[in-house]
Amino acid sequence: MAAAQVIRSEWTKIRSVASTVWTLSLAVVVTLALGMLISALSKNEFDKMSARDRTDFDPTFISFAGMSLGQLAMIVFGVLVVSNEYSTGMIRSSLAAVPQRGTFLFSKIAVATGLALVVGMATSFAAFFLGQAMLGEHRAHISDTGVLRAVLGGGLYMTLIAMFSMGVAVMLRSPMLSLGILMPFFFLISNILGNVDATKKVGRFLPDQAGSKIMQVVTPVDDDTPYGPWGGLGIMALWVLVVIAGGYALLKKRDA
Amino acid sequence: MIELEGLTKRYGEKLAVNNLTFAVRPGIVTGFLGPNGAGKSTTMRMILGLDRPTAGDVRIDGKHYDRLKDPLTYIGALLEAKAWHPGRSAYNHLLCLAQSNGIPASRVREVLETVGLSGVARKKTKGFSMGMGQRLGIAAALLGDPRIVMFDEPVNGLDPEGIHWIRTLMKSLAAQGRTVFVSSHLMSEMALTADHLVVIGQGRLLADTSMADFIAQNSRSYIRIRTPQRERLLDVLHGAGITVVETGGGMLEVDGGKPERIGELAAQHQIVLHELSPQQASLEEAFMRLTAESVEYHAHADAPARQWGDDWQKGS
Repeated sequence: MAAAQVIRSEWTKIRSVASTVWTLSLAVVVTLALGMLISALSKNEFDKMSARDRTDFDPTFISFAGMSLGQLAMIVFGVLVVSNEYSTGMIRSSLAAVPQRGTFLFSKIAVATGLALVVGMATSFAAFFLGQAMLGEHRAHISDTGVLRAVLGGGLYMTLIAMFSMGVAVMLRSPMLSLGILMPFFFLISNILGNVDATKKVGRFLPDQAGSKIMQVVTPVDDDTPYGPWGGLGIMALWVLVVIAGGYALLKKRDA
Repeated sequence: MIELEGLTKRYGEKLAVNNLTFAVRPGIVTGFLGPNGAGKSTTMRMILGLDRPTAGDVRIDGKHYDRLKDPLTYIGALLEAKAWHPGRSAYNHLLCLAQSNGIPASRVREVLETVGLSGVARKKTKGFSMGMGQRLGIAAALLGDPRIVMFDEPVNGLDPEGIHWIRTLMKSLAAQGRTVFVSSHLMSEMALTADHLVVIGQGRLLADTSMADFIAQNSRSYIRIRTPQRERLLDVLHGAGITVVETGGGMLEVDGGKPERIGELAAQHQIVLHELSPQQASLEEAFMRLTAESVEYHAHADAPARQWGDDWQKGS
């Protein structure tokens, strides 16, 4: 089975269903709109801030604030790309056409990841520039130290979130179950674990907490995070690797 | 050619498919017959490599399914359940399958034409009727112009015109020298299309025979007689060397023989007959007899009806 054939086939699949368009456009619109709103609000707040808060002020990171919601649409994209196969019965056609399950899975993930990367990068750059426009005189510049890394990192973060969701969906198969676990996890549980002192040390090794470190340009003064921006992204990538490997192991042995 | 060897599938305690060994040969329609729940669909999914056998082996033209290069060009299958995304158009559904097997897009238009879906090719399949869905499934099966086709209950939910179309299609595919393997739970359907029969019940092989042999062995013809003068008629027929079987309800049955002869004998001896009719045991009855032992879901008409409150009255 030529992988190129399967990749073409997966591209046809992904571009021919409506959910691809609405999940990805929602991710873009929500990330940009919320990012602009929070950037504009932050600009107005700046004058009232304490000196301490002003030193920690990270205009780049603020412009990515919309990702906390936008990533949920990315999660839906990642989940649906995979679980659509199961919820519709398409999986039987797919695996009859491509019985090498590794080729099938990795081609699907490759195509969906490629698309998520393009959309994620575009969103990240747009969120940065639009956010900076809102921040006015407090803005950061793309040429400032660490800023380009943060903006590229934002695109990678969105991509890895989508990949993580794909891996979970391969394991769980059901779209409702996958979303029912992933959405509250990333929107609530991870935030709670990361902000409560008792669980903070564990919480920051969760995929989204670790991965979002790359979007920070200004490190808060009392920050004791044991990893840097790329280290954090690496931790997130490890999570992605683990869930996809788990999904592959399950897909390989179970009945379609 | 599809070859099964000791194919077995176990779900927990239950043996869904039990040590099946048979071959499906090219050039004829092979019917795969069994009551609901006999394991037909499970067997077909194992042939396609979708379900993993617990034991045994199945080969397509001598190879395991996952060793076939571009499998849709070897074997095309229509599975019982829907196997496509309702939000995707028929054309795109077939296109993505074609691309994965290196089949040109022109072939997609060809099969859509063959099954009569060209007019709705760009429409989402969620609006398709059951019959249109079956046609789409068949289009997918024919996509790779395969030497082997396999249909799971293809006439389910089709109107008479669609049923006729599928029967004709299967026969013409076999006439082209292809291997055609089709499942059904209806003997009458098989009698019209199949040249060869594989019958299973509770996952076990019950018969692997040509349709002609099956009919010859199972289509008993007999004469049914009803008379108020049973004893006299029995004497007369015995006297004439005709073997009679009493079947209860005042009925007599004579295997073989001619109704004319019995009628004449009765007239000669002035015996009143209420019925004298030639009967043919149907293939459906033969199939029921064959699978009676193994029917998974018997309708227990004679089971005592439980009264509401039985459990409660037993108390603790």
